[in-house]
Amino acid sequence: MASLPNQQETITLDTFLRGLWQENPVFVMLLGMCPVLAVTNSAINALAMGLASTFVLVASNSLVSLMRHFIPKQVRIATYIIIIATFVTMVDYAIQAISLELYNALGAFIQLIVVNCMILGRAEAYASKQRLGATIINGLGIGAGFTFALLCLGIVREILGAGSLFGFDLFGDQFQPWVVMILPPGGFFVLGAWLLLFNWLRTRREAKLLETEGAPHDG
Amino acid sequence: MNTTSANNPPLPPTPAFNMLRTLGLVATLSGLLVVLSYQVTLPMIERNKQQAIEKALYKVVPGAVQRKDFVAIEERIELLDTQPEGTLLYAGYDQTGQLKGIALETAAAGYQDVIRLLYGYDPYCQCIRGIQVLKMAETPGIGDKIIKDARFQQNFEALEARMHPSGKGLQQAIVPVKQGNKTEAWQIDAISGATISSNAVARMLNETSQHMVPIIMKNLPIMEQF
Ligand SMILES: Cc1cc2nc3c(=O)[nH]c(=O)nc-3n(C[C@H](O)[C@H](O)[C@H](O)COP(=O)(O)O)c2cc1C
Repeated sequence: MASLPNQQETITLDTFLRGLWQENPVFVMLLGMCPVLAVTNSAINALAMGLASTFVLVASNSLVSLMRHFIPKQVRIATYIIIIATFVTMVDYAIQAISLELYNALGAFIQLIVVNCMILGRAEAYASKQRLGATIINGLGIGAGFTFALLCLGIVREILGAGSLFGFDLFGDQFQPWVVMILPPGGFFVLGAWLLLFNWLRTRREAKLLETEGAPHDG
Repeated sequence: MNTTSANNPPLPPTPAFNMLRTLGLVATLSGLLVVLSYQVTLPMIERNKQQAIEKALYKVVPGAVQRKDFVAIEERIELLDTQPEGTLLYAGYDQTGQLKGIALETAAAGYQDVIRLLYGYDPYCQCIRGIQVLKMAETPGIGDKIIKDARFQQNFEALEARMHPSGKGLQQAIVPVKQGNKTEAWQIDAISGATISSNAVARMLNETSQHMVPIIMKNLPIMEQF
């Protein structure tokens, strides 16, 4: 991972933006694929999952960062897991209190946030070494990147597979939905398409960079 | 990536106390937060559950605007006051306290997973007046037609579930038939292409009604007084 391993990061705009783009947990690091594929069959599920994961990420990593001098290496994984599981349980109750319909739609995937490697990975690689401020900003960035990626999938899958967006009908009765898109295979198709697009954009940008920098040598 | 352990002199061993202190502290904090959020959200979650039942009840019992909960214990029906030990029955009444119907929960295995639904039973026409899916994971576009297909829903405008004259079971079992072949009031016109889901609905309505309709009919006076 590119983020400075052992020195304190000073907060810049990049602390936040990195998670959204260069280190996007889904499109670049391919972390947390289980909810990415499973709960993106509608935009609202994707948004709810993204926000819930962001909350758990920021809250648990903040606590890890605050306690970083008091967590001996030997018990760190156990400590992180307890902290993460605590916040997941709180989110679980909160979603039940907000809407049972949403809770039923997200099913077991709320509880499974506990084992989302994006969150444990951030605790281990970032929060355990960085100050609270940087951890919060970086966590918000990663969370925003995760939510953005889930929405990318959820929006496309709901439009193609159900002809609606956030539950609002888009095309009227004449539309014949492409049902496979909201079924599990559709998750793989749409994820593949997005990865293709983002990788193509990246190679193109890198090729351009090479062209401008490397021009004298090539000449 | 982290090569410090190879280059630096070994760190002094961590005292056991430090490990216990951290884990103990975190576990205590975790306990406090979990219990606190449970306590705070419990009334809201209970309210949501009640609202969900009420919303479904008023849909499957046409004309109902108030409800009273009962519980069936073996052959008796009682007003629900404490912990339910039998089958729950939600009776729906109109403005004047007139009994409009009774809603029951039922479930059976569908194509993907168990389908759970609430259905409304009208003891005066001895028929089922509506179904409302509480939980299911049927395939969108296929199995979820049991909710979305208006023609399928028409089955439950007055689906006959008459008590057998002997007081045991139904006079006619509720059965599914292939799409377009419904001729009798106790038949369910299945959805072609979603036969498994349709059959599951028919099966659960039949099973629960075979058992519960005689009990309801025998205990009707208790539920009639609002
Ligand atoms: C991916 C997939 C999902 C399906 N989902 C359902 C379903 O949810 N409910 C259902 O009754 N049938 C479902 N089916 C179809 C059943 O396997 C079966 O073909 C159908 O119920 C038969 O209906 P018919 O006898 O009217 O042709 C599904 C089939 C496939 C391939």
